[in-house]
Amino acid sequence: MIKVSFTENLQRHIRCDALDVAPGTLDAVLAQVFERYPPLAGYLLDDQGELRKHVMLAIDQQLVQGAMPHQQVLAAGSRLHIMQALSGG
Amino acid sequence: MVDRILFWTRKGLVEMRAGDHGFDYAQTHFLGEPVSAAAVGPDGTWWCALALGHFGSKLHRSTDLGANWQEVAVPVFPEKPDDPDDKNPWALEQIWCLEPDPQIPGRLWAGTIPGGLFRSDDGGDSWSLNQALWNVPARKNWFGGGFDNPGLHSIAIHPEDSDSLTVAISSGGVWKSEDAGNHWRQVGKGLRAEYMPEDMQFDLVNQDVHRLMAAPSNPDWVWVQHHNGVFVSSDGAETFRECTPDPSAFGFAVAVHPKRPETAWFVPGVKDQYRFPVDQALLVTRSEDGGKTFQAQRQGLPQGGSFDLVYRHGLAVDRTGNTLAFGTTTGNAWCSRDGGTSWQLLSHTLPPVYGVSLINA
Repeated sequence: MIKVSFTENLQRHIRCDALDVAPGTLDAVLAQVFERYPPLAGYLLDDQGELRKHVMLAIDQQLVQGAMPHQQVLAAGSRLHIMQALSGG
Repeated sequence: MVDRILFWTRKGLVEMRAGDHGFDYAQTHFLGEPVSAAAVGPDGTWWCALALGHFGSKLHRSTDLGANWQEVAVPVFPEKPDDPDDKNPWALEQIWCLEPDPQIPGRLWAGTIPGGLFRSDDGGDSWSLNQALWNVPARKNWFGGGFDNPGLHSIAIHPEDSDSLTVAISSGGVWKSEDAGNHWRQVGKGLRAEYMPEDMQFDLVNQDVHRLMAAPSNPDWVWVQHHNGVFVSSDGAETFRECTPDPSAFGFAVAVHPKRPETAWFVPGVKDQYRFPVDQALLVTRSEDGGKTFQAQRQGLPQGGSFDLVYRHGLAVDRTGNTLAFGTTTGNAWCSRDGGTSWQLLSHTLPPVYGVSLINA
């Protein structure tokens, strides 16, 4: 499974508890997360489906900001942490 | 009679309520969050748009005077086609204005940055982009004024004809539709952009309108606070006449009297590169003769050391024309009960104020 967790700052606005989802591409992992918490997509992605400028992902120890590696595979045991970038806001 | 004032601030929607001696601080909705727009519908519904720094724009609705809020949908732009000439992002940066239709229950218009116009017919549960305006070829010549991208900040709905709409863009001039937004044409002859080269100053599309308000009692009267001037129209924004208020024509906000279309208020500042009151003395200018003359109203306002600037949605007048309120970038707010002749301080401890809404009991 993939362990998905969220910044506390996000949880100020919207309910999203840590959860486990099935391994797969980043797109597939996020799709599972959004299925569980539908309003969350609008908090993380802009109108064009891209990561918001001030949102950052940590896939294990790899930080992702800006262009998303949509097809990157997250293997079983990986971690996805969804956080805010330190810019903006 | 106004019984509540809502200030849209950088740190929440601040509510003041009428008390024995004026208005008292009551509470802050969305404490800590930037409020980019708010509105009160004819049925008493409240909307509050947040511009969250990290997580985008959000919209909340309350049907019980702010006791409970429900998050509803926000306008979303469609997928951007491949077009190298279109420099604008197709993604919502912020909701800049919200205008409930006065006659059609549930209909709510939103103006956004970038300069989109959206309509909801279910009180904000769903939105659709007005494609007709978004697709006008001139949109590619709109440019940002204050923000990086152009923004639509003013939506004037004819009080008796919901199909008649006038909108203004900073910077993209004034646009008008007579068929509920299916077709648009640019209007605003006479608006003058001092900041453009001489042969482009009267181009309709280059006009940085800061705020446009139509008179509720006669919407043919349209007042504009423009980047470099005050303008007024008596033919429904087709043509404008430039006014020359003392001591400055620069500013953002305008309020129009609900019953007397020739009466309007402005809060001027030193023009664009400075943006504080002339001689650091805060004043409100009022015209009662359709812009021929303006009277500076200073009673109760600081006449030295002021840095107060009022943004485009930061001044409002009630249904009687007697009560006005404004809030400033330095977190001060004043109220008038005599049509803007004298002013009483409401607070000097607010966050920066973006807008103000007056609510009648």
